[in-house]
Amino acid sequence: MAEAQRSVATAAAPPAAPPLAAATPREAESLALPSREVENPQSALVHFGADKPLRLDAGVELSPFQVGYQTYGALNPDRSNAVLICHALTLDQHVANVHPVTGKPGWWETMVGPGRPIDTERYFVICPNVLGGCMGTTGPSSINPHSGSYWGLDFPVTTIRDMVRAQAMLLDHLGIEQLFAVAGGSMGGMQVLQWAASYPERVFAALPIATSTRHSAQNIAFHEVGRQAVMADPEWRGGRYLVEGTNPRRGLAVARMGAHITYLSDAALHRKFGRRLQDRANHTFSFDADFQVESYLRHQGISFVERFDANCYLYLTRAMDYFDVAADYDGVLARAFKSTPTRFCVISFTSDWLFPTPESRALVHALNASGARVSFAEITTDKGHDAFLLDEPELLAIVRGFLDAAGKARGLVARSK
Amino acid sequence: MLSRLKRDLTMADAARSPGGARVDLLFVADMVARGARVLDVGCGDGELLRILTERRDVDGRGIELSREGVNECVAKGLAVIQGDADTDLVDYPDDAFDYVILSQTLQATRHPRQVLEHMLRIGRRGIVSFPNFGHWSIRLQILLGGRMPRTDNLPYSWYDTPNIHFCTIKDFRSLCNDIGARMERAIALNAWGKPLRLTAPWWFWNLFGEQAVFLLSRKY
Repeated sequence: MAEAQRSVATAAAPPAAPPLAAATPREAESLALPSREVENPQSALVHFGADKPLRLDAGVELSPFQVGYQTYGALNPDRSNAVLICHALTLDQHVANVHPVTGKPGWWETMVGPGRPIDTERYFVICPNVLGGCMGTTGPSSINPHSGSYWGLDFPVTTIRDMVRAQAMLLDHLGIEQLFAVAGGSMGGMQVLQWAASYPERVFAALPIATSTRHSAQNIAFHEVGRQAVMADPEWRGGRYLVEGTNPRRGLAVARMGAHITYLSDAALHRKFGRRLQDRANHTFSFDADFQVESYLRHQGISFVERFDANCYLYLTRAMDYFDVAADYDGVLARAFKSTPTRFCVISFTSDWLFPTPESRALVHALNASGARVSFAEITTDKGHDAFLLDEPELLAIVRGFLDAAGKARGLVARSK
Repeated sequence: MLSRLKRDLTMADAARSPGGARVDLLFVADMVARGARVLDVGCGDGELLRILTERRDVDGRGIELSREGVNECVAKGLAVIQGDADTDLVDYPDDAFDYVILSQTLQATRHPRQVLEHMLRIGRRGIVSFPNFGHWSIRLQILLGGRMPRTDNLPYSWYDTPNIHFCTIKDFRSLCNDIGARMERAIALNAWGKPLRLTAPWWFWNLFGEQAVFLLSRKY
């Protein structure tokens, strides 16, 4: 959902950030970075033409559209070693390579790579940018071929299930009938669950991490605050900022700051920043960023707007809000996974207050009731929701053990040492 | 004298087969049909599930209370979830498993009777292994020492033991009768992990069996 890990995990003190108001110049070129990736990403790309429309939950068809994706490793001859990684809200397909916009390492390099738990020498790893995203897959900042202008708010509201449908079309295109595993955290975990519910026969193993089968009222509330911050920015221009050459940076930055708090925990923030002051000995008796934690959040907000699109943020948060697996099955979660052949490994974190353990436990109970083969581990950490992105040895050991056992059951040959 | 007694009590927990597996677990595994669906309630570090998977080719699941145990099991690739036998069995549907196993778990539950009833509802058969509190050495410790018994297998003091509902083989049989459980097979193991003679009377088992393993099914 976020990539706070680099700042929180590596920076001893947060970089001193300018106040948010200073982030406003350069409006004209403000969209340069993300928008370039929107149409022509530095990723593999597949176009689906008029003959392959995507039928959306909103009741309309999206066509044409494209999906940008990264792959790592090689598909084996019987096409049985594909692992799909589903990314979180503000992440993208650059799982294990340097990010083309930020220049930072891939967001899950602790988990994915040669010799890692999701071993690219053993598995063929695919990570597509989600539908509605801004890194190569069609979304609100793409060009609407019917009008010749940006989609903006004319883009249909899409759902987690729509994202998964688009991913299934990508796999059809790649000739992959069954995935060995689908893995993801947060919004990525929602996609994992939707995969297991929609295409049980196509998923051998599922790893939903730090997620839930439905977005809670509290989480919808947080998202609404973020959306209102974006829409309250006069630069948003009713969603037409790309046409009018503006950018609701301040609104999106505030949305990011608010959301970022929910990805951490009280304990983690206290450990990292406490009440320490930023580059000063005393309070300034102003609204300057006196505290390190303020400076850190401002930095998070400002760096986020350099690589993310405001309307995308609206659409993707909405997709999460609409997510409720059980709703399609008369509200009975167990029915969503009735006699599923998929084996599950559910993982939660003790300090995650965005997707707290009881939500994972409810999923596990439903899976048990459906007779599914399920493992469930709760990992002790004070790092909050973002723990799934961090170098948590227990998380890595559990994912490795689960995939090794599943690989054995699937008849995948162990990697030669 | 008591310390000498204690040293002699090499309980079945410590008794290991040449393969290194706990002997009582092998007797439990012996009662499980090949390829069965098995739920191990209180599976600890997953040793029994591992034995069952390797030797009996079962489709095994586990529930374990301790987070460390669960995470160790999951990292081994076992299908284990964190949960509590007293509260979580209620969520399992009827006849979900061929066998539900309570290996050295029953005496640590708050409501052993309800746990046993759920076991026989969820599983077509149940396997229960427990330490026999009627063993002569335990009787002797109370009789002569006047204190709550402690052994190599049950090393806790009365105030910090997780084992809150001890019973004797005789007690267990009577509970089985009360809840309508049929005893299909029973084994009592002596201090060296060897089974007592099948022809021996129940009072003999209750006095000289250190561990008991029962295979149960529903009467109705």
